[in-house]
Amino acid sequence: MSGYPGYDPKSGFEKWLDARLPIVRLGYDTFIFPTPRNLNYWWTFGGILAVLLMSQIISGIILAMHYVPHVSMAYDSVQHINRDVNFGWLLQPLHANGASMMFLAVYIHMFRGIYYGSYKSPREVLWIVGVVIYLLMMATGFMGYVLPWGQMSFWGATVITNLFSAIPLVGDAITGWLWGGFSVDNPTLNRFFSLHFVLPFAILGMVILHVWALHVPGNNNPTGVSVKNVDKDTLPFHPYYTVKDGFAIIVFLMVLSAFVFFAPDALNHPDNYIRANPVVTPAHIVPEWYYLPFYAMLRAVPDKLGGVIVMFGAIGLLFALPWLDTSKVRSMRYRRLAKLFFMIFVLACLGLGWAGAKAPTDLVFAAGTDTATGDPSGFNFLWMARILTLYYYAFFLVILPLLGLIEKPEARPDSIEKSVLESNAGEA
Amino acid sequence: MAETVSTSAQDPSRRDFIYIATGAAGAAGAALFAWPLVDQMNPAADTKALSTTEVDLSDISEGQQIIAKWQGKPVFIRHRTQGEIDAARGVDASGLKDPQSDEDRLVPNQDGKYEPKYLIMLASCTHLGCVPLGDGAGDYEGWFCPCHGSHYDTAGRIRKGPAPKNLFLPPYQYLSDTLIKIG
Repeated sequence: MSGYPGYDPKSGFEKWLDARLPIVRLGYDTFIFPTPRNLNYWWTFGGILAVLLMSQIISGIILAMHYVPHVSMAYDSVQHINRDVNFGWLLQPLHANGASMMFLAVYIHMFRGIYYGSYKSPREVLWIVGVVIYLLMMATGFMGYVLPWGQMSFWGATVITNLFSAIPLVGDAITGWLWGGFSVDNPTLNRFFSLHFVLPFAILGMVILHVWALHVPGNNNPTGVSVKNVDKDTLPFHPYYTVKDGFAIIVFLMVLSAFVFFAPDALNHPDNYIRANPVVTPAHIVPEWYYLPFYAMLRAVPDKLGGVIVMFGAIGLLFALPWLDTSKVRSMRYRRLAKLFFMIFVLACLGLGWAGAKAPTDLVFAAGTDTATGDPSGFNFLWMARILTLYYYAFFLVILPLLGLIEKPEARPDSIEKSVLESNAGEA
Repeated sequence: MAETVSTSAQDPSRRDFIYIATGAAGAAGAALFAWPLVDQMNPAADTKALSTTEVDLSDISEGQQIIAKWQGKPVFIRHRTQGEIDAARGVDASGLKDPQSDEDRLVPNQDGKYEPKYLIMLASCTHLGCVPLGDGAGDYEGWFCPCHGSHYDTAGRIRKGPAPKNLFLPPYQYLSDTLIKIG
């Protein structure tokens, strides 16, 4: 690593500190890190997520100074933040929309990882830590959505906690334990607030492990070809990628700002502006958009326990992904068939999200009328969700394992340097 | 163990025993202390104390349904019409997803007789806990859960949709012809 000489403390104070607490060295090694020179903009979402996590933690700590986790005051205290607290109109929507944008970024980050095979050896643990972070994000996001104590908060909490009642024998004991009562009530809200406060710090801890696990093998890259010559294949992370990530972060924050300033409730549900009412269920309970694909899977199965297993199994598959994909070639850039099935997979996930937002009996398209009732009949969202759920599972359990055995990948570049030079030559 | 007759301080098996015993005592102590940390999340004493509700049924007219609250949960109390009772009794219960006859859905009053006009059930869909719509909703003119499309008949039995069980019955007893105590 001749191009990366490492930290060299110059002044007497730097040397003195480095011998006692090598914190500057830690920062240096983290940021002056050999990074493949061909990373594209799909690689900027890790940095975007780091910034969003800090934004969520800071805005969240501030909101906790004004929020009251009690059933009689929670709804009013959120209104109080939005209407009365200085700059509360900025901070509450920043936190709520920031959560949505974090999920948008994490989904892009995960699709990136799948397309370029970033979970393959030697990055399996890096990927698994990432899936754990995603699970923690889902738990944190869910509990955060309960705190404003509107109708969707309450009924979302009721539906999700009741998922655990599907577990044989101990299900009811678990739901009672989660609730601290006989239904979702004040003890539930109070503990969700406590956990919603602390889980982001667990996420932060896992992010540190994620970055640590990244720094052992280094970044994957769009070719999937490993770094062979550090001097020719890599650039130091700073300044090359701090600048590239910085640009992407600013563009992404513009999207977040567009929501915060111009459409702060666009991703919210109108029913969450109705105070929680335990005796009236809204006509259509829908979760936040980022859970919709899983909600569609839950409803696709006509059996309670089966639906819960299919839904959680969809995330469980991600843990096994490094061993399900049998192909030795990391990047799907050189796998024509895998690329095609991946594109269908992305569309299937989006389609599941669409199905999750609709009532199962709504029609995707009408094809004639029911002879008995005269209502239009056709292909409904329930069947669409069933087909797409099947594809989701098949992608992981059938397509990826088989493709690695039968697909003949295209020629890959000899090195990262060659791939960069060749593509530049092509443009000239 | 014949080898352990020696009482020398270097004897490894005595060392191992103390080591394992200490570790076991420590693990047991940690487990004992973990239980309060887990159990504190279960319903508190004051929550459990609010466990019974009395309801006067004479105020409910025929064909009307009220929602009473018991343990923070809504409870349906429906004064069924003769048509609804006949519809519930005209079904062969053995063919249902959760087979129960109409009488299985009732509790005998203080004289040991069934009063089929009053149907008392938890207002919580057995799928994922939403409050079903009543007053003849759904394909079986009983209750219909809007969340995931479970249909219940006029005895609150699951007939169609993802819910696995009939609407649950709360524990209750008749104190008089028209007064019940839930819980």
